[in-house]
Amino acid sequence: MSPQPQKAVGSPLSRVDGRLKVTGQADYAVDHDVPGAVHAVVVDSSIALGRITGIDTSAAESHPGVLKVITHRNAPRLVYRDNPVSNNPRGRRLRVFQDDQILFFGQPVAVVVATTIETAQHGASLVDVSYEARQPTTDLAGRPGDPLLNYARGDTEAALASAAVRLDREFHLARNHHNPMEPHGTIASWDGDKLTLWDKTQYVIGVQNEAAAVFGIPVENVRVISPFVGGAFGSALRTWPHVAIAALAAREMGCPVKLALSRRQMYFTVGYRPRYQYRLRLGADRQGRLTAMAHEPTYETSNHETFWEATLFLGQMLYNVPNVSQTLRTVSLDVNTPLWMRGPGFSSTSFCIEVAMDELAHELGIDPVELRLRNEPTKDLSTGLPFSTRRLRECFQTGAQEFGWGRRNPKPRSTRDGDWLVGTGVATGCYDTRRARAEAHARLDAGGTAVVQSAASDAGPGTYTSMTQVAADALGLAVREVEFRLGDTTMPPAPPQGASQLMASVGSAVQDTCDKLRLQAIRLAVGDQRSPLHGVRPDDVVVIAGRLQVKDKPARGETYRQLLARNNLTHLEANGGYTPPAETPYSMYGYSAVFAEVGVDARLGLVRVRRMLSVYDAGRIISPKLADSQALGGMIGGIGMALLEHTVTDHRDGRIVNANLADYLVPVNADIPELRAIYLDGDDRKADPIGVKGLGELVKVGVAPAIANAVFHATGRRVHELPITAEALL
Amino acid sequence: MYPFSYTRASDLRTALRAGADGGRYVAGGTTLVDLMRETVERPGTLVDISGLPLREVTATKGGGLRIGALMRMAEIAAHPTVRALYPVISQALELSASAQLRNMATIGGNVMQRPRCTYFRDVTAACNRREPGTGCGAREGFNRTHAILGTSEQCVATHPSDVAVAFAALEATVHLLGPAGERTVAFADFLLRPGSTPQREQDLRPGELITAVEIPAQPRPLRSGYLKVRDRQSYEFALTSAAVALHVRAGVIRSAKVAAGGVGTVPWKLSAVEQRLIGARPSEALWAQAAEVAAEGAHPLAHNGFKVELLKRTVERQLRVVGGTR
Amino acid sequence: MSTEPPAGESTGLTRRTFVATTVAVGGVVAAGELTAGASAFAAAPATAEPVPSTRVSVTVNGRQLTVTVDNRTSLLDLLREHLGLTGSKKGCNAGACGACTVLVDGRRVNGCLTLAVRLESAEVTTIEGVANGDRLHPLQQAFIDRDAFQCGYCTPGQIMSGLGCLREGHTGSAEEIREWMSGNLCRCGCYVKIVRAVEQAARWK
Repeated sequence: MSPQPQKAVGSPLSRVDGRLKVTGQADYAVDHDVPGAVHAVVVDSSIALGRITGIDTSAAESHPGVLKVITHRNAPRLVYRDNPVSNNPRGRRLRVFQDDQILFFGQPVAVVVATTIETAQHGASLVDVSYEARQPTTDLAGRPGDPLLNYARGDTEAALASAAVRLDREFHLARNHHNPMEPHGTIASWDGDKLTLWDKTQYVIGVQNEAAAVFGIPVENVRVISPFVGGAFGSALRTWPHVAIAALAAREMGCPVKLALSRRQMYFTVGYRPRYQYRLRLGADRQGRLTAMAHEPTYETSNHETFWEATLFLGQMLYNVPNVSQTLRTVSLDVNTPLWMRGPGFSSTSFCIEVAMDELAHELGIDPVELRLRNEPTKDLSTGLPFSTRRLRECFQTGAQEFGWGRRNPKPRSTRDGDWLVGTGVATGCYDTRRARAEAHARLDAGGTAVVQSAASDAGPGTYTSMTQVAADALGLAVREVEFRLGDTTMPPAPPQGASQLMASVGSAVQDTCDKLRLQAIRLAVGDQRSPLHGVRPDDVVVIAGRLQVKDKPARGETYRQLLARNNLTHLEANGGYTPPAETPYSMYGYSAVFAEVGVDARLGLVRVRRMLSVYDAGRIISPKLADSQALGGMIGGIGMALLEHTVTDHRDGRIVNANLADYLVPVNADIPELRAIYLDGDDRKADPIGVKGLGELVKVGVAPAIANAVFHATGRRVHELPITAEALL
Repeated sequence: MYPFSYTRASDLRTALRAGADGGRYVAGGTTLVDLMRETVERPGTLVDISGLPLREVTATKGGGLRIGALMRMAEIAAHPTVRALYPVISQALELSASAQLRNMATIGGNVMQRPRCTYFRDVTAACNRREPGTGCGAREGFNRTHAILGTSEQCVATHPSDVAVAFAALEATVHLLGPAGERTVAFADFLLRPGSTPQREQDLRPGELITAVEIPAQPRPLRSGYLKVRDRQSYEFALTSAAVALHVRAGVIRSAKVAAGGVGTVPWKLSAVEQRLIGARPSEALWAQAAEVAAEGAHPLAHNGFKVELLKRTVERQLRVVGGTR
Repeated sequence: MSTEPPAGESTGLTRRTFVATTVAVGGVVAAGELTAGASAFAAAPATAEPVPSTRVSVTVNGRQLTVTVDNRTSLLDLLREHLGLTGSKKGCNAGACGACTVLVDGRRVNGCLTLAVRLESAEVTTIEGVANGDRLHPLQQAFIDRDAFQCGYCTPGQIMSGLGCLREGHTGSAEEIREWMSGNLCRCGCYVKIVRAVEQAARWK
């Protein structure tokens, strides 16, 4: 098969769904117009541990327009069979309205269904629940935790003992909530024992399987539709209880039910980045070469489920450290279960490692960039495998030059601009390249346009656009002649849009599918006596602008339209897919060098980012305009993590205190200066057929430590706790 | 949100009658509607006063300025006279909330804002202000943003307004109209410290409404400004803030008006700071020396102790910015 | 997903099937008027008092409507749940995110904190009323050109707020735009490009 020229891929296309989004026509979950839908509002537990002793629904039920109140007392028993096709962690998931037990603050205890949203909301406030409360445990601090995972190579304790330089630090990272702008919501509609869900999800197939498991119906009886997702950052990777509640209510009512969580409820039942306590010890020689690292991370999980995230990879493979020990512990608390948030595990670990590296650089008087270059490994020491691609050195070199790192005075507190102390910092970012099984379907119509589909998701990165680009090139069509569809379980299966795996997986599936479709057309032509291409070897044919032609003799050829018309075909279609190899003999990661400049008000302790630059080794960039936006978004997310974001729990009763967007602070426009992203040219064909390494997580990892290191450089004050707020710097 | 009946007041008399009947006045509604949705507020009747003729800025005979209670925050901030004569007011307004909220909220409503304390806003939490006698969730809870001045056992919530801090500094008066007629209250007396009755937030009698806020005549030239310190650059309530107005003649400070926000249960007039300034010559040393007494009488809680130092530094900074020694 | 422009809808009001020029809105079931879709459940308890509602005449995207609203209905819910104009988004329902920003009498406001009952004689412009038929407003085009959104959920509010910002003249510098656009959160982190889009539209103006 002759390779197709790549015109759409790599060109700075505007979003193909842009027009829908700027005119308000993009339908997010609860925007869908489902005739006859009534409204449901969830009632939340106001205790964190105990049991429900009574529920008085009479006031709610007598409010005009309230149709029904469902609680554990009148809810039918639900099946909740095991569900392997989900992102449910180990443990026993919350079963809605199945018993009187309260496991965490804000747990759903009832749902009010009413004719209007006003009535449903008021009805929910009228439901009077009494509890027998017990003292909950919600504070990670000071608890030893349970070992979850261990890793060791070499003799870390001995290496630490004999190291010329040693650091022993404890880091504290606050709990963060994803807080996508669109609150989670679902519309559920039953037709007999067939269920349709319009849901906010990064994984329609996951929702389909979970809903089927909850209600004990065949998976194929559930259809999930999710064409637009208003951000998620991980929160929509699991099917949370409100989806079952909406479906349950719809079944009880016998009509469609629309349920949207309030912003407050977004802090109760849809997961969060767990709080961390992280002890890190490292040893190095006087030249800054690391000899040992001992990691002891501890994070929170719920009492009913054991959350896992990729906390340990970074410590094993990022630097050339012969001796490494790791013990990961979880502390089980009376809280909801965490869920992966942008750069899960890596974002948290990188803060600790990269701040420690900065401390080491400072202590040894070695430039922080140079220190990292001195610790570049030649292979992945955790597996012994070579890297598929690793261009971190180039990231640092390019970044240092573009950022003007060479002009930096290494002395802390050496630069002032009026009331502001100015400092710069750097950190490494890294995230692993993941791939999963994905399938696609493509159809080429007689008119010369194509429709390609896969049950993928687009929570913002631009799946619609990037897949259109891959498909357009593979089919030899213009972008406007290709339509990519996603977000529907009736389409060929796709993995979750999480862990930055969608482009590699679905992109490769789309490539394969469209290659097959193109080849089918080529074979049809070369075997067709009436075709000008008759008798040409298929490998010698390419398709350009919808025209099949001989590679070296472009004059000889015909268009898809001519080919299909002559053969009386309405369309051609193909199914394809991508299955990652069971074993890949490479260590695959994306890398970045993150540079930040901050101002710290010398007297008031306020930190403001003045500029940032990141350079990425992320493989091939399919859609540069969108990739740039994603990178800047990752930086802004990192600024939030570094300086603002902190979910606060009142441990007296397990209440989340700042469950709103006025008190849980995310960056606003005025917090953000000019930001710059550079992607190194290149690709990684060892990682996957289309040569990408994933972006969504990588762009957030390393941002918080770069800022923390810049704060140190500005002030001479080292902060080991996130977020960094004024009180730490006064 | 609890059901309520709604009536539009076309003139002051109708409004007062509806108010006397127990109706709740609504102007911009940004606080009230928000709190009604949280069921913190449950008025039976809303009296919409936004059509009343209280939307002018007028010069008073004595050389002061009278701001109609229904002027929107954005309108006052943009008003040429306010901008020219009282930068501290326009700055305080423009550093508040968001452009959208400033287009909605009125000056009367701004002064009447209810606390932002999350325990107050969460009807499942204990709060003496919302439900007297239930206890204060914040005192032993999470209180990073809470008050260090003017607190009581009953309540430690800050007053959230920025412009009220400017009003407190400038010793404004509040014009009220009620069933018994008009009266005027000094701003310092209008907003009440929680004491043992945190549910009483203003010196307002049943059915009374604010008709105007009056800024008394100030010595000229007057230099003034507002500094707001917060975690993020915009769209956030103050950790600390300072409103400063100085009149300097012949190298000597003749008049000093200073108040702080984000630290008190009401906008906190800093008389001790003012005393150290009046009669002195502007200098870096003076600002530091005066600001040193800004937090006198502070009672920090578990998480807001940093506000004591931050307040002093905020005042010092703003004295320097307004006093212009740099 | 179509790359073609959607059919021209200058008012956007044709989008939902159940909308008539006069619509009954919210909580008035007991009074016998119904919003579409709720008809199967008209039977409220006979003893319950009807929820107070009010008739309001309001112009939405140039089209005058007379609606009977539950007094509790916000402008945002009026648009979304009763007029089928779901372009305005609910991000926090508390005035803390700006996703619901619309213009009322030309001023940008938070639709979630505006009670519909108070809109007598008001003119409301939503994202659905910004384009002129198929022709996008320059700010809408600028958002596409500058890639000033990712998930797109905050985008209608950003654009409505940007229109307000342009009208108010707060576009003198990037710094000024940043401050005056800070009432609209974007969690995907598109602020740099939102500023560029507003700058582009300001130049066009």
